[in-house]
Amino acid sequence: MEIFDTLAYYMQFSQVRYALIVGVLVALCASLLGVTLVLKRFSFIGDGLSHVAFGAMAVSSITGALFSGMKPLIDGTGDMIIVMPLTVISAVLLLRTGKNAKVKGDAAVAMISVGALAIGYLLMNLDVFPKSANISGDVCSTLFGSLSILTLTQGEVNFCIAVSIAVVIVFILLYNKLFSVTFDEDFATATGTKASVYNLIIAIIIAVIIVISMNLVGSLLISALIIFPALSAMRLLKSFKAVTICSACLSVFCATLGILLSILFSTPVGSTIVAVDIAAFGVFSLIGAAKGGLKK
Amino acid sequence: MSQLTCTSLSLGYEGKEILSNLSFSVEAGDYVCILGENGSGKTTLMRTILGLHKPMKGSISTGDGLNRREIGYLPQQNSIQRDFPATVREIVISGFQGQCGFRPFYTREQKRRADENIELMGISHLKNRCYRELSGGQQQRVLLARALCATRKMLFLDEPVAGLDPKVTQEMYALIEKLNKELGITIIMISHDIRAAIQFSNKILHIGSEIFFGSRDEYIKRTASEWEGNYGNL
Repeated sequence: MEIFDTLAYYMQFSQVRYALIVGVLVALCASLLGVTLVLKRFSFIGDGLSHVAFGAMAVSSITGALFSGMKPLIDGTGDMIIVMPLTVISAVLLLRTGKNAKVKGDAAVAMISVGALAIGYLLMNLDVFPKSANISGDVCSTLFGSLSILTLTQGEVNFCIAVSIAVVIVFILLYNKLFSVTFDEDFATATGTKASVYNLIIAIIIAVIIVISMNLVGSLLISALIIFPALSAMRLLKSFKAVTICSACLSVFCATLGILLSILFSTPVGSTIVAVDIAAFGVFSLIGAAKGGLKK
Repeated sequence: MSQLTCTSLSLGYEGKEILSNLSFSVEAGDYVCILGENGSGKTTLMRTILGLHKPMKGSISTGDGLNRREIGYLPQQNSIQRDFPATVREIVISGFQGQCGFRPFYTREQKRRADENIELMGISHLKNRCYRELSGGQQQRVLLARALCATRKMLFLDEPVAGLDPKVTQEMYALIEKLNKELGITIIMISHDIRAAIQFSNKILHIGSEIFFGSRDEYIKRTASEWEGNYGNL
């Protein structure tokens, strides 16, 4: 009972409630497109984009320091104003280059993602720009998520809620189209669905999700949030709809559990959530294997 | 007017021509077989007609009430589909997607017709099964049912019997013949199987170093005389 008392005590703080709201929403959005990403072999794009988001974050923190007079303007949305468009543009570019034969998809992703990491870190350390006091701390929290996400402002929470609602609505409206484009892009194109448009929308949504999850899990761990719930659900379930719903529920459950655990044991939020996701994947795989064994 | 007309078509990848000056036309109700060696450009031809590739030269036009987007097709299996978690019904109904435009969900009428097509393919009992657990022949039927949702006019089949055992192959051919004869769907089939081509089709397109397009009987006559030319009168 002691645990519940501790939790009840923490729940009194609005910061903790914010963290839970944002965590659940981000996990929900991230899991929705996971199935499509895994099946379309797009997982690497998610990974590449998360590195781009890191570079963008560096650019943003520098410009933030340069134009400190503009602070009130930027404050409401944190660094999103710069990070979001940069990441979305990269998503579109990655998808484009994936199709051109000159630089093959995976090579292009590697180039852009590693390049963004390097440039981002370089910019953060340049003497020309006013340095923040704690560079390695900044870098670490951008890569692995804040040590605790209790630093969210009301503005950031509102922004996150708005974006999440938009992502969920777009996903529901496009659900059937995403299915047909994921299952068989050629057939969809041949019979009149504009597959390239939907691919673009997928890439943009991924970029948006990555940016809003950065605060929570950090750019290196975002892919886990996108991919693990989908992979777990795919172990057990047989219809696309069931897999999608299950991975969304699982992701929300794991995020909630992860956040609560991280509060109780004061561990970093991002890695705790990912650890819970991994555990869930293990459990689902075991059940899947056991079921398969029974059938034979 | 023909349903599909290709005029002096040249096909290829990245500036390399693999097929040139190809002209042929397909009428409503035809059963055309496309024959040719591996690498002769059969699949490229199909993809070009479906609008997935641009032709290097020449033109493709449709007529007789056929819209370019009303050509259904049965692709060769791809690797994504092998571990795709989806039920038969989900896949079949996705055939309607091209007709949906901006409408986000399927109509009741489309759902009914999807069930109809599933029944037509004789796979009603598999409706809620997972696609990846089905046998090769069953999977082909699912994809055929999906193609029927996309169109009732013209079907393109890319080696529909590849990898199927002899019994299932015969069933598949019978099914395709039924679509052609009973529903009047124009069939264009890529095949390796000359015997089946001669048995079922009414027109044959042979591509490769020499291009032949004509009725099945002409093709038989020509192949026979070629045979004679090469080996004398046996």
